[in-house]
Amino acid sequence: MYSFKYHSVSSTEEACTLFESSESAVYLSGGMTLIPTLKQRLDYPTDVIDLGAIDDLQGIDTENGSVRVGSRTCHADVACNPHIQALADLAGGIGDLQVRNCGTIGGSIANNDPAADYPAALLGLGATVHTNNRDIRADEFFLDLFETALHTGEIVTAVSFPTPLRAAYVKFPNPASRYAIVGVFVAEHNTGIRVAVTGAGSCVFRATAIEEVLQRDFRPAVVEGVSVDHSKFNSDIHASQEFRGHLVTEMTKRAVAKIA
Amino acid sequence: MTTKTGIGASVLRKEDARFITGTGAYTDDLSLPGQVYCVFVRSPHARAIIKSIDTTDAESSGGVIAIFTGEDLRSDGIGDLPCGWLVKSKDGSDMLAPSHPAIATTHVNYVGDIYAMVIAETIEEAKNAAELVEADFEVLTPVVDVATATTADQIHENVPNNQCYDWELGDSAAADGAFANAVHVTSLDIVNNRLIPNAIEPRAALGNHDAASGSYTLYTTSQNPHLERLILAAFVNVAPEAKLHVISPDVGGGFGSKIFVYAEETAVIWATAKVGRPIKWRAERIESFQADAHGRDHVTRAELALSGDGEFLGLRVKTIANMGAYLSTFASSVPTYLYGTLLSGQYKTPAIHVEVKSVFTNTAPVDAYRGAGRPEATYVVERLVETAARELGVDPAELRRKNFIQPSDFPYATPVALTYDTGDYEASLERALSLAKYSEFAKRRNESEANGRKRGIGFSCYIEACGLAPSQVALSLGAGVGLFESAEVRVDVTGSVTVMTGTHSHGQGHETTFAQVVSDKLGIPFENVTVVHGDTSKSDYGLGTYGSRSLVVGGSAIATATDKVIAKAKKIAAHMLNSTEEQVSFDDGIFKIPDSNESLSFGEVAFSAYVPGDFPIEELEPGLSEKAFYDPANFTYPAGTHICEVEVDPGTGTTEIVSFVAVDDFGTVINPMIVEGQVHGGITQGIGQAMLEHGVYDADGQLLTGSYMDYTMPRADDVPDFIVDTTVTPCTHNPLGAKGCGEAGAIGATAAVMNAITNALDVKELAMPATAETVWRAITGD
Repeated sequence: MYSFKYHSVSSTEEACTLFESSESAVYLSGGMTLIPTLKQRLDYPTDVIDLGAIDDLQGIDTENGSVRVGSRTCHADVACNPHIQALADLAGGIGDLQVRNCGTIGGSIANNDPAADYPAALLGLGATVHTNNRDIRADEFFLDLFETALHTGEIVTAVSFPTPLRAAYVKFPNPASRYAIVGVFVAEHNTGIRVAVTGAGSCVFRATAIEEVLQRDFRPAVVEGVSVDHSKFNSDIHASQEFRGHLVTEMTKRAVAKIA
Repeated sequence: MTTKTGIGASVLRKEDARFITGTGAYTDDLSLPGQVYCVFVRSPHARAIIKSIDTTDAESSGGVIAIFTGEDLRSDGIGDLPCGWLVKSKDGSDMLAPSHPAIATTHVNYVGDIYAMVIAETIEEAKNAAELVEADFEVLTPVVDVATATTADQIHENVPNNQCYDWELGDSAAADGAFANAVHVTSLDIVNNRLIPNAIEPRAALGNHDAASGSYTLYTTSQNPHLERLILAAFVNVAPEAKLHVISPDVGGGFGSKIFVYAEETAVIWATAKVGRPIKWRAERIESFQADAHGRDHVTRAELALSGDGEFLGLRVKTIANMGAYLSTFASSVPTYLYGTLLSGQYKTPAIHVEVKSVFTNTAPVDAYRGAGRPEATYVVERLVETAARELGVDPAELRRKNFIQPSDFPYATPVALTYDTGDYEASLERALSLAKYSEFAKRRNESEANGRKRGIGFSCYIEACGLAPSQVALSLGAGVGLFESAEVRVDVTGSVTVMTGTHSHGQGHETTFAQVVSDKLGIPFENVTVVHGDTSKSDYGLGTYGSRSLVVGGSAIATATDKVIAKAKKIAAHMLNSTEEQVSFDDGIFKIPDSNESLSFGEVAFSAYVPGDFPIEELEPGLSEKAFYDPANFTYPAGTHICEVEVDPGTGTTEIVSFVAVDDFGTVINPMIVEGQVHGGITQGIGQAMLEHGVYDADGQLLTGSYMDYTMPRADDVPDFIVDTTVTPCTHNPLGAKGCGEAGAIGATAAVMNAITNALDVKELAMPATAETVWRAITGD
């Protein structure tokens, strides 16, 4: 990696001040994407600001029917919290043990990898992203490939998940990276059904046509007849657009079957 | 002797304590005073003309000591990297070998081909400077597809049609005759997918030049340090052999990929004298993917002719094999003498003819990878046999039984140049059928179907030729070196023993297995035997480790040297016991004479050899240290049956291996635990090829599978608990009766897996790797 200045900060205010005064700074949370990127010299920040010592970004609180997860909470900790079992299951299936003990929810969603698992949970559960200066609904947070609604220098502090009536996440992992080729998060809320799909497209999205049929009849079989437009899906050596389209249907069926 | 540590005992591995506790010493763990670092500048293009290289900016970058290009090596008399096996085409002409400079001079021919080396005080400074090396390339259209390479643009000046050779083996007329008489012909189009080796430890080199003595020392990740030394000295002209010391310290896996002499260590050892400082290089993983020699990569058309009652009459095979951009050290031998010769399999197929065209493409060089040619041959034969059984409606086990070479047929000369010494193929098949509960398969399949899943079973009755190799046979077929092995058994004054071997252990556990052999023969404690390998100044010239040869050839050399020690010790003991050599018996470490209570321990005799008071000094030299060079009389022929059972989820195309049985005949087994580990690892690699692994280049020659994000290595959760067992027919021609076990898993497993998946799907052909999408498309009929 190229040389950079390393900073450990103890508050988001300190982090933001440093960020603004640096030529080109990045925040370091779990480092599961950033560190490999730096090692391969694919990024060359002048300053790396480590958020690891900010205590109030850590931890999980369950209050008023929702779960608030601090942005620096690692996947392994979320996986151990059964309050929303589907969320715990999802976190427990990210990467491998080492990744789950280092990688954080804030880092994952701020990066918005198209094949990451967490965006499906946020969108499927209708979560709210808290930052150092505002709240952003998940529906407005994930914009496109590696693109979010975060402003430059803005820090995710926590994510609040409303507790669903029932929910399940099923993913078809890439055999090499174990990222999602397709991951589908199905959740029923008082407000209706949400079906969020990750891995298939350039960014997590809601499968509204599937949501509509499930709203009427929450059974795996009804998903079968819904056509999924795969023309804008990702395609690579692991899965074609067509296969991803098929997997959206198949993973949705399996998620519904788990909780129907 | 059967003890807790002798031959046949599952002794825990001596070497594991240091490996598990992180106290091993791998090349990158070693450092020398004043050491500097090297980074290679690699081509981003699959094929391009180097019009110019400008190192001006790079040279002024911080910490830079030197930057060298291919011209610097060439003008200093450094030769091309040679290929050590000359294969002749069917018309008698020599194969065409393109110039292979360690650092490219005029053209780059694959992504990762080196065109400059940067040496700097630190690795980061070397990387910084490497980014400033500016090459002006004229990019050319690359040749990527192996099947059409002979009609594509010509890559190398001296290689028309990109064809290295057009080789054949067997009797073409006899094979054609067999097909003319056939009642049934089974044919298959087979692609043997390209694999990338992926040893845990990346390749590395640390070179040092001692100006005072003019000698060079190279620490490197080699499976065969003596061969490295020979080639660098005799062919590449780095240094006279006597001035070049090569050490392969602890090496973390090789699978064949570390047999070869590569550009990197060649450049490092040359440059160390130029800069007057020790130089270290260690591959980053992306360099391993790009520039380690890859494996397999064949396109084949194969046909099996059968009689009306299922007797094999003939086999015809036409293969195009990818050599990559240049000929790696043993590349030419892999799709010929390690492939065509194995096409008889375990069967009495009377007529076989194989043609192999090897071609160049703008991809990384392809060479031996675990099994090397034999997995490709097994895949052809066993896919054909299984398919024939299905087409004829015969039980695949029965069709094999009918055609097996029988125990009474040995020695059996195949139509493809080998003579199998011994075996009992039906014994391993029957044992495997029993372990796989074959008779209950139909019931299990029904249960799977009731659960909406497809179940299949597949066989692979493989054979391999191991124990490379009888030197004169190999030399007559074009090998550039003999393939015997050396050993020295040096008894210490106190009776402990140091064993020097020319083989090299990079995961195989030789320090344990060889110590078991010596301790068993000498009747001394296992702990008292130390095995030394990997250092050209300590061991006699030997040929290293590959081709499941180490125990078979190296172990036989050790056994022979140990017998010489015993013979001399008996003479000493006879003197000490006032008897004759003929009267002295040696058993379990004790020398005895008949009708006497007098005896001597091995240690007492050893002591006398070095403190020769009571010693026949007029007849014998003092000391107790013996050498042997063992040249095998024949190859060895490990064989066995693998049975794989899979369940396919039709919704996703996901295949689960629900059972895998391997029954292997490795001859005498020294350490069953180590053998079982070798089988597990090999099967896992075979499963990897069948279902997961694929080295993929796009049409521009860019490697799409250049990291673990895209190249699917098999992991523990991809494989089942293996059921393994052995049957034993000892090798008839070496002192241990051993046949070798290192490659069997990778040779046998792939065909068993693909036979099982095609059985589950009821399809004839299916591409490897059988990924979920490939399987799903087969099910949906796309």
